[in-house]
Amino acid sequence: MKHTLAILVENRSGVLTRVAGLFSRRGFNIESLAVGVTDNPDISRMTIVVSGDDHVLEQVIKQLNKLIDVIRVNDFEPGETIERELAFFKVKVDKGNRSEVMQIVDVFRAQIVDVGVKSLIVGVTGTNDKIDAIEKLLRGFGILEVVRTGTIAMNRGAKTVKPGK
Amino acid sequence: MGKKTRMTGARALIESLYAEKVEVMFGYPGGVLLPIYDELYDADIDHILVRHEQAAAHAADGYARATGKVGVCLATSGPGATNLVTGIANAYMDSVPMVAITGQVPRPLIGNDAFQEANITGITLPITKHNYLVTDVNDLPWIIKEAFHIASTGRQGPVLVDIPKDVTTDEIDFEYPDKVDLRGYKPVKTGHKMQIKRGAEAIIEARRPVLYIGGGIISSNASKELLELAEIINAPVTTTLMAKGAFPDSHPLCVGMPGMHGTKYANFAIQESDLLIAIGVRFDDRVTGKVDSFAPNARIIHIDIDPAEISKNVRVDIPIVGNARSILKMLVEFINELKKSKSSTAQWIKKVEKWKQQYPLKYLMGETLKPQYIVEQINELYPDSIIVTEVGQNQMWAAQYFKYSQPRTFISSGGLGTMGFGFPAAMGAKKGCPDKVVFDIAGDGSFQMNSQELATVVKNDIPVIVAILNNGFLGMVRQWQDLFFDKRYSFTSIDDSVDFVKLAEAYGALGLRVTKPEEVGQALNEAVDSGRPTVIDFVVEREENVSPMVPAGAAINEILDLEA
Repeated sequence: MKHTLAILVENRSGVLTRVAGLFSRRGFNIESLAVGVTDNPDISRMTIVVSGDDHVLEQVIKQLNKLIDVIRVNDFEPGETIERELAFFKVKVDKGNRSEVMQIVDVFRAQIVDVGVKSLIVGVTGTNDKIDAIEKLLRGFGILEVVRTGTIAMNRGAKTVKPGK
Repeated sequence: MGKKTRMTGARALIESLYAEKVEVMFGYPGGVLLPIYDELYDADIDHILVRHEQAAAHAADGYARATGKVGVCLATSGPGATNLVTGIANAYMDSVPMVAITGQVPRPLIGNDAFQEANITGITLPITKHNYLVTDVNDLPWIIKEAFHIASTGRQGPVLVDIPKDVTTDEIDFEYPDKVDLRGYKPVKTGHKMQIKRGAEAIIEARRPVLYIGGGIISSNASKELLELAEIINAPVTTTLMAKGAFPDSHPLCVGMPGMHGTKYANFAIQESDLLIAIGVRFDDRVTGKVDSFAPNARIIHIDIDPAEISKNVRVDIPIVGNARSILKMLVEFINELKKSKSSTAQWIKKVEKWKQQYPLKYLMGETLKPQYIVEQINELYPDSIIVTEVGQNQMWAAQYFKYSQPRTFISSGGLGTMGFGFPAAMGAKKGCPDKVVFDIAGDGSFQMNSQELATVVKNDIPVIVAILNNGFLGMVRQWQDLFFDKRYSFTSIDDSVDFVKLAEAYGALGLRVTKPEEVGQALNEAVDSGRPTVIDFVVEREENVSPMVPAGAAINEILDLEA
């Protein structure tokens, strides 16, 4: 099953390797990873999306908790989170199809973030599924390059993922 | 401490080690360690110069297991550091508190493939509890403080601190921190009260309880509490390899070791038990055998300091996370308080007793020298010894045929199964417990992996006794070839006529050879009385097997007799 984890870690070098090592040792492929600093500059937050055997993942989470640099691990309940990802698509365009691309961009509430003579960059924010969907449509025009940030996630409502005491 | 003093990083390291009350360390110098070794030249620390860095790590490990203190080893950058790796992995697998300090090339050279550079923090990432690369001399005191704290608390383990040469020459206003505060590391101490109560209730209801005991009892110094619990609930006690000595082998409730080379009666008791009380264990595959058939009728209480061990290999009904000693104290209190009449286990004990009579550990004594007999003789003549082992048949016989009565008197590489561990670990144990007689029960294969340490024990007058059970084989692998590979002894015969007596003498140690049963006692006495490091070459029956044995992948009650 697919899981989205939020991991609060000390903002130090080497932490990412420690975390990633626990997944790779058990043959988990990290589907997406996003890292950034939190409101406390000493603490970073990683959002990791993985799928795999639940029992093994439970083990990984326990092992993550054992890392000295890991402050907290949160395995989000499915459906209780807001999840977003940002992607850029560099799309091949010509006079004939430029407006068609722009229509798709409108429908997806995406943005044209760069315009060139032979290409456009489409920026889109959304769930993983939404980004997959727009990618599928843009592929028809010829995608020159793709970059995706990986999912970030937060609980709906007042519930938070904070370091605690 | 109060007043800050200006000093170099190297000096600050020594001051930090003083603050951690380090008395003994094992190490080997090198280029990047020169400033540290210059400080060690007249430091008030008993530094033992080994002959191979791997031995420094194993010696620190043996010292830690024998004393309960943190073991410390030191090696230079690159090959020095990588030579520690096996010893660190060994300590990690067996949860031994250790601080390994390595030198690193100067900061501007890190990552340049400089001479004797290795990324040792990267290499040891999965085999340390935590590790540090010191990038600023001002971080050194708190890093050392944290390293000792992490190594010695919670589930203990090795911590590595990698110190670049230029950090050791930089200056610092030294002040040692008096406390540690780590957001991400708060080991649980006392167990959850409700869980302990549930455990107590389950124990009271149980009719066929078994205490399955691991190294956690020794790390948490809980032998006394265990004895009390076992006696009030009147349950058989099985101690794993890591727990030898945690409960007296001579106690009527003791059923010996479980698992692959355990006793039949321990395995039968586990399989028929209705409640397994597992304390400080990790349900290792050498204990459980086929895991789906392990303790099929039992509810399981699992007491462990490490939450990640709960339900890792076996589903657990009542997990209790915390320090075994404090949990056992509470457990006993609850059991006494509940005062419900405890189900009698008398019949169960009778049944276990009958198995004990029916299936004792045994071997056939003939004209030739049997390895088991040697272990029994050591036990008979020097029952208060510390027994350290190598890995393989020697290890199993040392576990089966010596009757341990005190914790920290059996030291063995359990998890990693490191050949070559025993001799340097024995050296560490003897440094920690100079008043004890220390034996390394060895095989001729294992001993040759670190025999260079004869130089260290002679030079530093560390009189350990290496008892080589010399069968000219890599015995345990040969045993498997015998049983499962049609006796095709592929590359396991090492009958290469090494003269271990001459080898010992070449290093200035005492060398003795024994070929007949009647010479065993005399040789042991001579070794102990000499007060010198000694190697005894016991030329034993070549193809003796360790018995009984659960074949790999079988349930633990499918246990075979192999004695010949």
